[in-house]
Amino acid sequence: MLHTINKSPFERNSLDSCLRLSVKGSPILLIEDGVLAATKETAVSDKVAVATKDHPMFVMGPDLKARGITDDSVADGITVVDYGGFVDLVVEHGTVQSWL
Amino acid sequence: MSEEIEFDTAGITKKFMYVNRKAPYGTIYALEVLEAVLISAAFEQHACIVFIDDGVYQIKKGQDTDAVNMKNFSKTYGIIAMEKEDADEDEDMDMVWRIIVEKESMEARGLSTDDFVVDVEVIESSELAAIMAEQEVVISG
Amino acid sequence: MKFGILVNEGPFTHQASDSAYHFVKAAIEKGHQVMRVFFYYDGVNNANKLSAPQSDDRNLVKLWGELGAEHNVDLVVCIAAALRRGIVEENLADGFRISGLGQLTEVGIAADRLVVFGD
Repeated sequence: MLHTINKSPFERNSLDSCLRLSVKGSPILLIEDGVLAATKETAVSDKVAVATKDHPMFVMGPDLKARGITDDSVADGITVVDYGGFVDLVVEHGTVQSWL
Repeated sequence: MSEEIEFDTAGITKKFMYVNRKAPYGTIYALEVLEAVLISAAFEQHACIVFIDDGVYQIKKGQDTDAVNMKNFSKTYGIIAMEKEDADEDEDMDMVWRIIVEKESMEARGLSTDDFVVDVEVIESSELAAIMAEQEVVISG
Repeated sequence: MKFGILVNEGPFTHQASDSAYHFVKAAIEKGHQVMRVFFYYDGVNNANKLSAPQSDDRNLVKLWGELGAEHNVDLVVCIAAALRRGIVEENLADGFRISGLGQLTEVGIAADRLVVFGD
């Protein structure tokens, strides 16, 4: 199962709920405002660092760019992908659960 | 209306999961996902209807919407419960329906199974995560 | 692989419709088939031909219609959600059709993957 999170961790509890209810090892993709969870040195960085140990973590490059976040601001262990990469993740990992 | 386009779904039974995380009435998601659940009964698919986070309020007893002038759809969950009973009792129907509340979400909001309009399975998060991981089609509202 | 897509939000107010559009385009470019995009909740507003965004902004209603026509993607607007929001045949944009909620369940069954874009 691939989990996607599209809302900011500062706005909504979608990241927390996803982390609580996703099996370890299942990949998580941050899209839209969800990409704000991927940046270094924020109030959620520790939580996301733990998540990155438990899950392959990905973040949408186009959404980072739109929000003025450069790739070097992305926390370690999170892979930047584009829409093609998003499609590949869905193909590879089966059912998608969108945490809205 | 333009011509209907249909896909061949004969003989396929999938595990559908409907994830409800939002409280009722503040937004329409609770009502419209309920309508999707009812339609799926006609297709005889497996269904897990899951209430997480504020979604647990969707099935709370005692909803009175007169003063807000909105349609009170909480009784519709009774129809879901009946569909589930029919599926459970009918040996010819290979359709498994479950109505699940996440234990952590329920308790965080000070609720218990006595507060709900339908019988539910209360499942704690790590077990629910495993159930979710088995699903084939996830519809989030 | 065969995809079904569910779009829960209308154009502009949320990014969901844009994200779905870019996903569908990328899937097609990679040689996959997108069987159906089902527009539900406020997603039905993506089919309103009266939408008139500023000329220097993307026109999502047109973009969806063109994508659907060019790549044989079935763009379906839920009739119940559409009626609530005033989307009827008279203001339905080219490339879309109005149908029942069963079409969502159907593509969930028939496709290999269903991806939901919402708020």
